[in-house]
Amino acid sequence: MTTELTNSVAEAIPTFQGYVYPNEATLHPVWSTLIVIYPYITGLVAGAFIMASLVRVFNVKALAPVYRLSMLTAFAFLLCAPLPLLFHLGHPERNYEIMMTPHLTSPMAVFGFVYAWYLMAVLLLELWFDFRQDLVKWSEVTSGFQGVLYRALTLGVTDVSEQSVRLDMKMEWILSIVGIPSAFLLHGYVGFIFGSIKANPWWGNVLMPIMFILSAIVSGIALCVFNYLVLTWIRRKTVDMRCLDTMAMFLFYALVVDAVVETLDVLHRGFAAEEGFAVLQTMIREKLFYTLNLGQVIIGTLVPLLLLGSLQLLRRRVPELVRRRMIFGSGAMILIGVLAMRWNVVMGGQFFSKSLRGVMSYKMEFAGQEGWLISAVIMCLPFVILTVLVKLFLSERLPSSEPPAHGSSAA
Amino acid sequence: MKTLFNRRGALARMGAVLAGVLALPVARTAKAAVQNFFTSSGAPKGYDPTEHKWLICLDATKCIGCGLCAEACKKENDVPMGPYYRTWVERYIITKPKPGSAETRGETLVDSPEGGMHGFPECPVPPDQIEQSFFVPKLCNLCEHPPCVQVCPVGATFKAPDGAVLIDKNYCIGCAFCVQACPYGARFLSPVTHTAEKCTLCYHRTTRGLKPACVEICPAEARIFGDLKNLAPDDPLRKFYESNRTQVLKPHLGTGPRVLYAGLDEEVR
Repeated sequence: MTTELTNSVAEAIPTFQGYVYPNEATLHPVWSTLIVIYPYITGLVAGAFIMASLVRVFNVKALAPVYRLSMLTAFAFLLCAPLPLLFHLGHPERNYEIMMTPHLTSPMAVFGFVYAWYLMAVLLLELWFDFRQDLVKWSEVTSGFQGVLYRALTLGVTDVSEQSVRLDMKMEWILSIVGIPSAFLLHGYVGFIFGSIKANPWWGNVLMPIMFILSAIVSGIALCVFNYLVLTWIRRKTVDMRCLDTMAMFLFYALVVDAVVETLDVLHRGFAAEEGFAVLQTMIREKLFYTLNLGQVIIGTLVPLLLLGSLQLLRRRVPELVRRRMIFGSGAMILIGVLAMRWNVVMGGQFFSKSLRGVMSYKMEFAGQEGWLISAVIMCLPFVILTVLVKLFLSERLPSSEPPAHGSSAA
Repeated sequence: MKTLFNRRGALARMGAVLAGVLALPVARTAKAAVQNFFTSSGAPKGYDPTEHKWLICLDATKCIGCGLCAEACKKENDVPMGPYYRTWVERYIITKPKPGSAETRGETLVDSPEGGMHGFPECPVPPDQIEQSFFVPKLCNLCEHPPCVQVCPVGATFKAPDGAVLIDKNYCIGCAFCVQACPYGARFLSPVTHTAEKCTLCYHRTTRGLKPACVEICPAEARIFGDLKNLAPDDPLRKFYESNRTQVLKPHLGTGPRVLYAGLDEEVR
């Protein structure tokens, strides 16, 4: 009965033009909004981590005020990263099979391990080494549930002697160094999930993992800018302009590199004009017109490039308030632009038939497994987790909760 | 000085090689037994997939577009109603070029209403404007290097030693990665089981010595099925590939299809 109903619905709504393979003429693509936000979230994790490692590995002291915030951001988003994958499965209850009997030629199977490695071996450890000394201090001055939590999180290692703190710092440094390639691996692998599909000319592309990593760095820094400004606004604190300007500088350069590589991809496709180029052109002109040209190119790239670029040239002449607004605006626009990029990649690859003779239309549903509601909920979840984490670990009431990473924690 | 070759060493090496050779069939049998145990392929007990190599040949010049194959497949395999097909027939209509256009042919129109299951509607192009028109049956291409198998995160889909690409539906997690990876559009996510589905070569039939339903029912003998490891001297399969120049779909993707076509046009993808 259900299948007959599906059948009648599918045939009542003409969802395609031209010729599409009969199996492709379904009501909606097999991967929808959930798979759009999956690479978006993982990208934010990788980017926020790279941002944090600028402080640890590259010793960019100006960024120290946002070190912990970006690490916690990466952590909050990483906890939610597998959720969209899990919810889109036909059989979510069998998800453990990916870890139990992985098929190692599959990018999706290896992602499970890369994810586990990144969560357990990199992020959690680095956070622990970074916070341990403070956790010991906090557990002594706070009581109740919070005190117990801090005590538990020290894992019983309460030694805060100079030697032990030095060891913590050394471990953090090592973990950051391991973390950078891990973050690249994490998100590069997500890019590879799409880039490895040779059946699909929109996806099958060696540049895909690189474009994913670069856009991830851009979106991660933008998210840190966003979170930092929102947090200082909520707490009515003054913004550390040196820190914000440095973030804007890194954001600008990352965006330049990202824009260059993505343009290179477009130019190469246009120049090679291989089989299926005509259908890809239709995509750009029709199906992805707004999300690609307006969302990804204008809002996500050109306007922020212009704003951040002019700030690099005229920083001293622009008043602080205007500068803050320009950087905040750029960050927010980049966040929208990178989301649009994920949409263009994931949905774009499914808007045309693999017969290269037709295109499909898609109307987003609201509820249900393929609806955007569940995606929106998953997208909000990391912010909720981050709020709790900030309240617990970046609270203003705690002593020395926001130490500049290198200098004062050792003192 | 110690010599590199001595009698004892040579004997040991030869013994090792012999043991290896003797162990091969044991390992193979064990592998087949394990596969048999862990997969729900629909094959009868005692069927040894290593003793067969199935091949399907399609003669596009013979296909009349009746669509009985698509219908038989749906019924035989309980394929869900709706846009879900394990095999289907495409109709190609190539129009004449516009006068003075310096082209050899005009537009190419392709359709496959309901997979061609109930035949095709009247041709939308007037007969005098048609340059060529033909039908092409499609199904899983039984790739030698199947991209769908490569990407399955849990190994629920696999290539059997006899060449069939199968799915264990009790194991598939329904991620649809294989649906994306198949260049031929031969896979779909079943709305009933929520797992990936595809042509199994009618495994429940072929492993019992019968032909796949689509081959059995084809009135034009456009579909030829056989076992390369057990070919009879006058096997239609042998006759087909000896007397035709064959082609595969999307050869540039390197998937190595084992579904061979005769009479394919460049427009067919």
